[in-house]
Amino acid sequence: MSEAVDVKTLQINGHEVSALRGQTILQVARENDIDIPTLCHLDGLSDVGACRLCLVEIKGSNKLLPACVATVYEGMEVTTDTERLQKHRKTILELLFAERNHICSVCVSNGHCELQSLAQQEGVTHVRFPYRNPELTVDASHERFTVDHNRCVLCTRCVRVCAEVEGAHVWDVMGRGINSTIITDLNDNWGESSCTRCGKCVQVCPTGALFDKSKIGSDHPKYPDFLPYLNEMREAQ
Amino acid sequence: MSKLKLATVWLDGCSGCHMSFLDMDERLLEVAELVDVVYSPIVDTKEFPDHVDIALVEGAVASVDDEKKIKRIRAHSKLLVAMGDCAVAGNVPSMRNPIGPEAILNRAYIENASAQQQIPCVVVPKLLKVVRPIHEFVKVDVFLPGCPPSADTFHSALVALVTGSPLDVSALTRFGA
Repeated sequence: MSEAVDVKTLQINGHEVSALRGQTILQVARENDIDIPTLCHLDGLSDVGACRLCLVEIKGSNKLLPACVATVYEGMEVTTDTERLQKHRKTILELLFAERNHICSVCVSNGHCELQSLAQQEGVTHVRFPYRNPELTVDASHERFTVDHNRCVLCTRCVRVCAEVEGAHVWDVMGRGINSTIITDLNDNWGESSCTRCGKCVQVCPTGALFDKSKIGSDHPKYPDFLPYLNEMREAQ
Repeated sequence: MSKLKLATVWLDGCSGCHMSFLDMDERLLEVAELVDVVYSPIVDTKEFPDHVDIALVEGAVASVDDEKKIKRIRAHSKLLVAMGDCAVAGNVPSMRNPIGPEAILNRAYIENASAQQQIPCVVVPKLLKVVRPIHEFVKVDVFLPGCPPSADTFHSALVALVTGSPLDVSALTRFGA
């Protein structure tokens, strides 16, 4: 006997929607064409709630919840686009720009960058915080790819795709807080690491932090859409 | 009605924003009907005038001279527009920030010089330790990101500012555009 489907009914921005138990607010919103901006989320990877761009308001709670990891419940009333949320999203984006050295005009991902388009979409025309200008490294030791830490937003998509999909777990995060940085193996050079050279991390990187050496100028669109397809094919086997 | 007084200024930038401004081509005639250009790298006036309605500022603040200029510009302009990524965000000039001006000057004038190795110190203004966008020094009224903002962006933005119609900057341009 098959288990009864557990359906939850909730409201998003005043619209009645239905969802399956265990679905996240983000999944349900997107199924219903309600846009919630995201940066660390990527279809096909686990969610970690790292970037906080998908924060939403839930009636009856004064805490903001990240829609990518918060699951739905019966009677939930979600709002995704209040003035407060827009203010927080702009602030988050500005802090990301201020934290490292994002110089869009000279970036390989100029025109194909998720951070850049999110800033435009959320109406960020300048950064109100003083730029930190940290001195960061560029590791070009790999024969095919480069990591430029100046452009990393620590979304950890590379870490997750390498561990969860490629199964190699070459990437990880080292350090705490503002000193966090992505590393290969035990902070070895990428070129001398156990990297399998699959390039999935480059394709899922939302900015120009990970890029293919064969690309020049700003001619570097990324194609992360292979992930859900790959997962589906594997499940089918 | 007398025309509005427009000034354009070139701080630490590559002049690309001014080039893009000129790329408005025949629309410059239309703009000239709306404003008088009272100060600009492309006109002869040497001193920033006392009364300016709209000041378009290209470039970041990188030297003590830039800092002095931006303060005078602010004090004498009704509307201050940060024009392009250098003015808005520091952009390419700010790429020296993590290593500092001494390292840059040494590389250019000592390490890579085959003769007359010396760091220029007369006439040229002293570089600031850190290159910053102009809004870290003075209040900016309008931000027009882009490297450079396109001629279309300039045209739409100028017409909106002069006529007082609404201006949605994010619909026109972005960082690095």
